[in-house]
Amino acid sequence: MSISIINGRLIDPAHGIDDFLDLHTDGEIVVAVGGAPAEFAADEIIDARDCVVCPGLVDLAASLREPGYEHKATLASETAAAARGGITTLLCTPNTNPVIDNSAVVELVHRMARKLGQARILATGALTRGLKGEQLSEMAALKQAGCVAVSNAHHPLASTLVERRALEYATTFGLTVFLRSEDRHLRAGGCAHEGAVAARLGLPSIPSAAESVAVARDLALAEHTKAKVHFRNLSTQTAARMISEAQAASLAVTADVAAHQLHLTEMDVDGFVAECHVSPPFRTLGDRAALRRAVADGTIAAICSDHQPHEPDAKQRPFPETEPGISGLETLLGLTLRLVEEKVFDLPTAIARVTSGPADILGLPHGRLGIGSPADVCVFDPERRWTLDTETMRSEGHNTPFSGWDFAGYITYTLFNGRIVYRASDSD
Amino acid sequence: MPAQTSRDLQLNEHGRLRHFLTIEGLGRELLLQILDTAESFATLPGRPVKKVPLLRGRIITNLFFETSTRTRTTFELAAKLLSADVINFNINTSATAKGETLLDTLRNIEAMHSDMFIVRHAQSGAAHFIAEHASPRVSVINAGDGRHAHPTQAMLDMFTIRKHKGEFTPLRVAIVGDVLHSRVARSQILALNTLGVSEVRVVGPRTLLPTEARALGVHVFHDLENGIRDVDVVIMLRLQSERMDGALLPNEHEYFRLYGLTEERLEVAKPDAIVMHPGPINRGIEMDSAVADGSRSVILQQVSYGIAVRMAIMSMAMQSLADLGGES
Repeated sequence: MSISIINGRLIDPAHGIDDFLDLHTDGEIVVAVGGAPAEFAADEIIDARDCVVCPGLVDLAASLREPGYEHKATLASETAAAARGGITTLLCTPNTNPVIDNSAVVELVHRMARKLGQARILATGALTRGLKGEQLSEMAALKQAGCVAVSNAHHPLASTLVERRALEYATTFGLTVFLRSEDRHLRAGGCAHEGAVAARLGLPSIPSAAESVAVARDLALAEHTKAKVHFRNLSTQTAARMISEAQAASLAVTADVAAHQLHLTEMDVDGFVAECHVSPPFRTLGDRAALRRAVADGTIAAICSDHQPHEPDAKQRPFPETEPGISGLETLLGLTLRLVEEKVFDLPTAIARVTSGPADILGLPHGRLGIGSPADVCVFDPERRWTLDTETMRSEGHNTPFSGWDFAGYITYTLFNGRIVYRASDSD
Repeated sequence: MPAQTSRDLQLNEHGRLRHFLTIEGLGRELLLQILDTAESFATLPGRPVKKVPLLRGRIITNLFFETSTRTRTTFELAAKLLSADVINFNINTSATAKGETLLDTLRNIEAMHSDMFIVRHAQSGAAHFIAEHASPRVSVINAGDGRHAHPTQAMLDMFTIRKHKGEFTPLRVAIVGDVLHSRVARSQILALNTLGVSEVRVVGPRTLLPTEARALGVHVFHDLENGIRDVDVVIMLRLQSERMDGALLPNEHEYFRLYGLTEERLEVAKPDAIVMHPGPINRGIEMDSAVADGSRSVILQQVSYGIAVRMAIMSMAMQSLADLGGES
């Protein structure tokens, strides 16, 4: 079904476009930007007056739980949540059961996602077998099956030697390696930032150095192996500075941050708020400010959902025993646009950080709206406000600290491969 | 779920004690009220008829997820002196790990119509969690949660201090030892600051103090002599032997040499300084026997005052349940 999206403000950061231009799709790809081609007849016309039309969002890290943890979420529920959140391309994390460490699981996930047709799921393969951190996974097979990156999720590697070998082996096949830099010894079973709040609440804590020590190690190995390393989910000022310095020294490293890290701090944990138990933990106001600056100047090129849906029981325990993570697909755009309101960056930069920024880290053809690109589109009204109500979330995981938050940027349509996969209704 | 602050959770709409989870958020008046109420109970154990009928017909459940004979017994005794019936549950956390969640355990025990839970748990925030999820007809008393709080212990320490020193405001108090892992120290610091003492000090090596110790409202000392100079009260904390394992300390010998309290070292404190310890004492590690058994030690009084203070807290929390009206 061909669709024209008219009267909208088209923002396509990859092509430097911010203009009132129409967008036309034949039901699969973008066929024209601006005037419709001759003899083009749209089956449906979306009037995007007062709306922004931008590429569908690209999310570098979402735990989709299937296969193996369907009591937390399923591919069906989470891709529906992605569509509602304007996200059309997601990299799912390999920490499923079985782990995505062989081509069979990759093919299973990709096949199920294609059948659901709500969003493009790209599997992140496991860096080590079973994510155990000891033996290399079959990276060549993973790549052949369609993995675009490899990662060990939040699981530590057994040693720096394993890390070195894994980086070298991944690079053999041109795979980007996602690293969650954290020294497990310094983490030492902590569950909150080592600062004033954890000191008062008596929570086992994780020092900032757990991240910076590991980033230093990982940067050294990235330099040594010349691997394409992407630093996931930064949480500290020091790590952001180290990445910036490495980039200035022409090291080909990239970084992302979870959207929630740009808004909340250690103080939000006060009162033992399990919804704010995340890993890495929320840190200080100073860290948050530095992360915001790094996102604005491009040191951190991508903002992720770091989506981790949980069943209610996972958060209904004493704080240290709760499972970390936030269900974040449906707030990725809202939290990012909030930074425009808070004058961290302008609207085109905000959109770049959730579209072309993450896509470019992996060299993906998504997150842009050139002629011939898949017609992945997000249409939202930047002025219309909405409030997050956990009851209406599409994700199976209702674990979010943003319940009741007021957001600008009401998503009216999401198109994936030229088809409408989400259309706002007043009941939503 | 919106975060409830400790204050919201602990006090009812009349500002009365609903649960007793932490000293944080409780005002000076309320702490003094606890001490005054405890004063009225303090004479009871010495009388021929020891019991008062305040909590007759009430069921109090000791819910201990971490074993502690001593604390459990003082709560049990306090409950019995108030004429309440007491049920003891020692819940092995490995059993709960086998499937039953804390919430399930809670629902099961609630079905037994308890009026009050006395909770001890190895995780910080456990008492808050239980108070948030318990039925509105149940009051929760924190008997120690992880490293977070042990507020009844702190109040019995305040009671002991007031017995010996009278006013709080002119006092200097030093807390010596493993503050990092100590729920007792956190609650003591909050109580002392709320009651308006002139200075709270913590003394210990950097491995046993929180990195952000100053944020707790204390002055930090690493040297024992400087730390206890001119203080009115010295509180020694218990050193768990497992602290030697995590590279926190080299050995007990060096700890005693640097931080162990001896009669000689105590000379720098005020001449009438008292020495306290939450027990059980490791003689020769935290302090010399001469200090523990000496004239300035009030350690055994702490234990007996503990009963009166727990009676005060239990009766006050139970009274606030009566504010709900329609009592059965």
